[in-house]
Amino acid sequence: MADTAAEQHEEEVLTDQDIVTGAKEPKPKAGDVKAPELTGRIEIPKLEEGVMGWSKPHAAKPDTMEEMGFPPGLVDNWEEVAVKKLGELLEKYKSLQVYMDICVRCGSCTDKCQFFLGSRDPRNMPVARADLLRKVYKRYFTTEGKLFGKLAGAAKFDLALLGEWYSYFHQCSQCRRCSVFCPYGIDTAEISMAAREIMDQIGIGQKYVNTIIVKLHEIGNNLGMNPKALKATLESTEEDIEEEDGVPVKLPVDKVGAEVLLVTPSADFFASPHVESLIGYAKVFHQAGTDWTLSSTASEAGNFGMFIGNYDHMQRAAMRIRKAIEELKPKRLIVGECGHAWRIAYSFWNTIIGPLDGSVGLKLEYPRPQHICEFTKDLLDRGAIKLDKSANDEFVPTFHDSCNVARASRMGDLPGGQFEIPRALIKAACNRYVEMEEETIREKTFCCGGGGGLLSDEILDVRVQGAMPRMQAYQNVKESHGVNFLGLICAICKAQFTKVVPKYGVPMIEVGGVHQLIGRAIELGAKE
Amino acid sequence: MSFELNGTTYETDDDGYLTDLDSWSEEVANYLAEQEGIDMTEAHWEVVNFLRDYYQEYNIAPAIKILIKEMKKMFGPEKGNSAYLYDLYPAGPALQACKIAGLPKPTGCV
Repeated sequence: MADTAAEQHEEEVLTDQDIVTGAKEPKPKAGDVKAPELTGRIEIPKLEEGVMGWSKPHAAKPDTMEEMGFPPGLVDNWEEVAVKKLGELLEKYKSLQVYMDICVRCGSCTDKCQFFLGSRDPRNMPVARADLLRKVYKRYFTTEGKLFGKLAGAAKFDLALLGEWYSYFHQCSQCRRCSVFCPYGIDTAEISMAAREIMDQIGIGQKYVNTIIVKLHEIGNNLGMNPKALKATLESTEEDIEEEDGVPVKLPVDKVGAEVLLVTPSADFFASPHVESLIGYAKVFHQAGTDWTLSSTASEAGNFGMFIGNYDHMQRAAMRIRKAIEELKPKRLIVGECGHAWRIAYSFWNTIIGPLDGSVGLKLEYPRPQHICEFTKDLLDRGAIKLDKSANDEFVPTFHDSCNVARASRMGDLPGGQFEIPRALIKAACNRYVEMEEETIREKTFCCGGGGGLLSDEILDVRVQGAMPRMQAYQNVKESHGVNFLGLICAICKAQFTKVVPKYGVPMIEVGGVHQLIGRAIELGAKE
Repeated sequence: MSFELNGTTYETDDDGYLTDLDSWSEEVANYLAEQEGIDMTEAHWEVVNFLRDYYQEYNIAPAIKILIKEMKKMFGPEKGNSAYLYDLYPAGPALQACKIAGLPKPTGCV
């Protein structure tokens, strides 16, 4: 009896880590997740403070953490380790120091976050999210915080606060919409990346992201698709295209000396609607007569190292691409439809795996890297490929700007090219096109709700709530103009929307890629 | 996590997917299907068996198009489409079919 009682007692004891990560708390079933009601316009909701505090993603397993060089679980002296790490980050990234000091509580950001608008939880206001880190900064790094504590907005980093970090820094998709509206340009994405980096360093990681990073290091892509499976999948896709169009469009892999190396998200090989865009790229290359290849070892454009603010992992993952360039010796480097990958490619590759220039054999007359949309647009402008718009007459499309493309990159050689080039492609491939509300597109675009490593089912509530503003804007043009196609250039957006639009009564078939439309409209065969 | 079935304990991941592919049996599949509210018909089994065979060879679940192409072969052209797949497994092939087949949950942007 005594033993049994002791055992039962033991079962009830939660470790500090369990408390922080909600490990023993039941997770909602996907089927039970309900969407917030669409009211016809995006408006400031009635507040319910703390209503999403329960939401916590699965924690990474000890072996995953160790493989990444992090402690396997919450370390005993975690407060000390966390403060030391924060000090290092403040030293390394002066921007972070500025963001900690400069907020004047003006309130501009408060109603700009899709997770706040969808959840009604004021703790999802960007300023409140940043304050989770800021109050720790003030307590340990400022004189007023050390002397006056709470009065100065400072707080001791205790277990309860760490639990809030784990909840609310995993309700930020690092989309940077708030920073567009901040008069000081405070970048909450960078703050959320720093917080996740600190959590990893004390042994608290998120399972979805960290498992994928380990898979990417080990196998070469987020899916864990080995070269044998990749080749079989590509061959099967070639068969599908030939059966459908009667044209032997190829998906070459590991072809040494091909003109173009295409690096694309691995979801393009595996999932729907992603694969339709892969087919679109292949048809474009085929019709343009471009000699191109994929790489079986650099079979992933995505790089979740960014989501956890860990530049070592980001660099290690990207290094596969450099290696593939060295081995396959392409002249041009093109990136497929993937939002955060394009940010990393456009903004970071040259410094973390570069220089991407003649020293690795790339031709200087092309952008290095180049976005697939820019490549296709150039062919269209030169008349090298032709589109038959009537092939897409069943669609009334609109375009969702993906956050990382819109706010963290460029495309083409004109300002705003990242907005205009994908739109130009849709308009070239379809007879109709409808724009969503101005406040929800281009640099003010809302996130899909699944970016930044949130694409995990145990936090589907967060994802569905985060999609609310986009779904409202989409629903409005659906009602007013009969829009029935949400065009995308991001693998995360595609996966997120196919999953969440049914919760808003929209069929998942309305979600697709820009090159899906191109692939349907392109005229294959002999040129005039 | 784990569950018990007829005196045997089965280890699963946080989302209820078997962690050991070899611990799977038809009995386990029936149990997992019941948890998902699915009544296993012959068509359900065909999908599950194909998923397992494919996984044994390639160490990953098949791409959705490959699965649908196979369904075309198994059930004929009118049922070889994603609508029929979602009829069988309403929460999707990754969430339900892979789970019942004892495969790990697909990861990535899918």
